[in-house]
Amino acid sequence: MATPATQPWSGKKKNRPMEFIGERVVAGVAMFSLVFIALIFIFVFREAAGIFLDDPGAKIRQKASSNEYETYGDDAVSTLGVAPVEQRVEQEEESLTVGDLLAPAWFPVSNFPKYGLLPLIWASIKVAIIAILLGAPIAILAAIYTSMFAPGWAKEWLKPGIEMLAGFPSVVIGFFALIVMATIFQNIFGYQYRLNAFVGGAALSLAVIPVIFTISDDSLTAVPKSLIEASLALGASKWETVFFVILPAALPGIFASVLLGVGRAMGETMIVLMATGNSAILTLSPFDSVRTMAATIGAEMAEVVFGDTHYSVLFLIGVILFVFSFSLCFVAEVFVRNRLMKRFRGA
Amino acid sequence: MTKKRFLDIAVPAVTGLCVLFVIVAIGAIMINIIVNGWSQISLKFLTSAPEEGMTAGGIFPAIMGTFYRTIIMSLVGVPVGTLTAIFLCEYVSANSPLLRMVRFAVNTLAGIPSIVFGLFGLGFFVQFVGPGMDSIFSAEGQIQWAQPNILWASLTMAVLTLPVVIVSVEESIRTVPHDIREASLALGATRWQTIWRVVVPNSITGILTGAVLAVSRGAGEVAPILFTGAAYFLPNLTHSLSDQFMDLGYHVYIMSTQSPDVDATRGIQYGTTLVLLCLTFTLNAAAIILRYRMRKRVNA
Amino acid sequence: METERHQIVTRNLDFFYGDAKVLHAINMNIEALRVTAFIGPSGCGKTTFLRCLNRMNDLIKGARHAGDIHIDGKNIFDRDVDVVSLRKRVGMVFQKSNPFPKSVFDNVAYGPRVNGVTGSRDVERIVERSLNQAALWDEVKDRLHDSALGLSGGQQQRLCIARTLAVDPEIILMDEPASALDPISTAKIEDLIAELKQKYTIIIVTHNMQQAARVSDYTAFFLLGELIEMDETQKMFTNPSKKTTEDYITGRFG
Ligand SMILES: Nc1ncnc2c1ncn2[C@@H]1O[C@H](COP(=O)(O)OP(=O)(O)OP(=O)(O)O)[C@@H](O)[C@H]1O
Ligand SMILES: [Mg+2]
Repeated sequence: MATPATQPWSGKKKNRPMEFIGERVVAGVAMFSLVFIALIFIFVFREAAGIFLDDPGAKIRQKASSNEYETYGDDAVSTLGVAPVEQRVEQEEESLTVGDLLAPAWFPVSNFPKYGLLPLIWASIKVAIIAILLGAPIAILAAIYTSMFAPGWAKEWLKPGIEMLAGFPSVVIGFFALIVMATIFQNIFGYQYRLNAFVGGAALSLAVIPVIFTISDDSLTAVPKSLIEASLALGASKWETVFFVILPAALPGIFASVLLGVGRAMGETMIVLMATGNSAILTLSPFDSVRTMAATIGAEMAEVVFGDTHYSVLFLIGVILFVFSFSLCFVAEVFVRNRLMKRFRGA
Repeated sequence: MTKKRFLDIAVPAVTGLCVLFVIVAIGAIMINIIVNGWSQISLKFLTSAPEEGMTAGGIFPAIMGTFYRTIIMSLVGVPVGTLTAIFLCEYVSANSPLLRMVRFAVNTLAGIPSIVFGLFGLGFFVQFVGPGMDSIFSAEGQIQWAQPNILWASLTMAVLTLPVVIVSVEESIRTVPHDIREASLALGATRWQTIWRVVVPNSITGILTGAVLAVSRGAGEVAPILFTGAAYFLPNLTHSLSDQFMDLGYHVYIMSTQSPDVDATRGIQYGTTLVLLCLTFTLNAAAIILRYRMRKRVNA
Repeated sequence: METERHQIVTRNLDFFYGDAKVLHAINMNIEALRVTAFIGPSGCGKTTFLRCLNRMNDLIKGARHAGDIHIDGKNIFDRDVDVVSLRKRVGMVFQKSNPFPKSVFDNVAYGPRVNGVTGSRDVERIVERSLNQAALWDEVKDRLHDSALGLSGGQQQRLCIARTLAVDPEIILMDEPASALDPISTAKIEDLIAELKQKYTIIIVTHNMQQAARVSDYTAFFLLGELIEMDETQKMFTNPSKKTTEDYITGRFG
């Protein structure tokens, strides 16, 4: 009830200790996870920096971890036929030059290891190009169908249906490519190596399709209804509207989706690891085996001595992948944000 | 027939064929795996360990390993991601540069290859945190934590799923109408009470969807655990956080590419793949149903 | 009339959304246990002024104010003021009804619960009392645990009033509480206001001149962010001292 009229009101701040603590905890957790995000940048770069530094700390770390290395996963080591560990540990460490990294050969496990990244980089590009050439048209055309031509009831099912492809773990796609696709393709094209860049790229296109499809579909659906109706009202047919009105308006979004697809293709590990044959050779033919950057990390990191040159070079490859996908995201984001907005405002 | 007429039919037909192609591809993969994997599935396959140098027996340790690592990952990643999203939505002003920066970092992170997260896990947990823990907890010179294990693999996965959780929780929190927040504050509720009694309950389906999606992505992901804790074969089940573990996805990879006689174990490979696929599809289906319910409620 | 008490006193209150100044030096005294109506054309700042009184405008980015508002002698803009207890004291019914997507019961119980009423008996008692005060009890007593979103528009608005009453405020701000309602619901809410002024100081924004004349003791006329005139309702509607007020009230406004 209302307090007596004369009593002045003192609305002094109250202490709510539980809430105070709770809010600090939430802020703390948030800061913690944001710090982790920063740590990812730092730690991947830090380990890669070992190549260019003659870091005595790294030596000690390496000794310590090499002892431990032999104590776990014996089975794995012997079955996988890894080069003897001791041999590599004794080898004198020298910091690599940029020239070494640009050499055309990748032989990390030998008495005279070669760390040329060119075959790996080229392999990633080659496989990504194949994946995009196969996947992007299908994904974009499929998006055009679901957003423009599909009857209403079908839309509800087709979109999640296609997006189911994104739900396959990549190891499952890799397995399917390794066992089924590789055989079928070899029978069709009659090439020499069963596992090669083409099989890998084709399998990878299955992983890329949902990425491109979803974002393209979103940006096609985002084209204002008024624009479409205006075109139809002027007597344009449906496909003319699609090609001359909707597609141009949605182009930046579609472009961004392809960029993100490229990012996915370059960074995917398991599919290429299982389907490309993994030999680091530098050729143009799509039917040769390749060893991509991501696959190299995946295949070799488990057998490497912590802290040695090979280890650092693998991290350097990680840095390259990191920087690459970072730039792609950046471009995609800037592109979509600026262009899409401008277009819809009619500028 | 004029060119125009022709295209009126051809354009929908060609684009429709592309849709059909994708659906057929999905169907082909599913049918191939189900048909070849089904005969392999038996109680024994699901509940016993590999035998005879991994050419026979079951995949029980791999099922358990995947189960454990997914649980640990979720227990860490989901709450941390959710709280982070709540903090970003409710405590950081909407156009502050901090928020823009964080959002950009989170978006970028979502696009970073998962193998790079594996590198991070190795460089940070195994090589940095691990030795630190050993110097505190382990006997002199003994290495317990400074090596790949299930804890580091799970935490790596948690970091990997963090952006997924943050983005989807943020999205669903933003769908909570502004006027019911105001109603709460106008009734003398504090910001904290408003968050926990109005905002979170009203975005709970969205939060759950994000969590389930993240978990399903994490459960099927193999690249980050290749060198942060997964093992080819372990005689014993994982029973400590500092043990390595077997994993379904890793098992498929290793059995189909690295084992001495790949063809002899084809059945096991298919069986394992089928189990993995069932797991991730169940999780995905759960996410889709949740999202559908959420959408219905938002539209209502 | 008994001796009046100025419960709310504003002094030179300016208000800005970014660079736009929407309130100009408002000086106003609002009496305790009376109904004060705010009238004025759309966009003249009535809602903005109302939301200053419980500091809901704090939530709007880029908004700022100058000048003071004293409630029971305390400047609510003072640094040491607890905004949460201010809002508990100054309840608000919004222009657009905004029940929580919870049950009817939980909507009304929300306020008491966040304010620390824990016993389920006590909560039930408060809910029943508030729904009764808002003349809603008979209509909803059998569906307390159904979703509040299933109520009609008029019921929802009365639910929002009940929800506000459940916190036991001293002052109730109502922003066009009847704007979207049919005449019967409107009449119910007007009766309610007449009932409530026994215990509460009420400020109501309305575009309906008859409503202002019917329910209020005082009327304040706003135009373009300025307080043009404020007086006893009877005088305002029969013999306003300003020409613009008369024009507005008689509908000769253009
Ligand atoms: N959040 C805001 N940001 C910027 N300007 C605002 C905001 N809210 C209101 N305004 C502006 O402030 C002025 C006063 O608005 P207010 O809502 O107080 O008017 P009102 O008298 O309540 O109108 P109505 O009778 O239509 O409800 C208007 O010019 C309006 O455009
Ligand atoms: Mg208003």
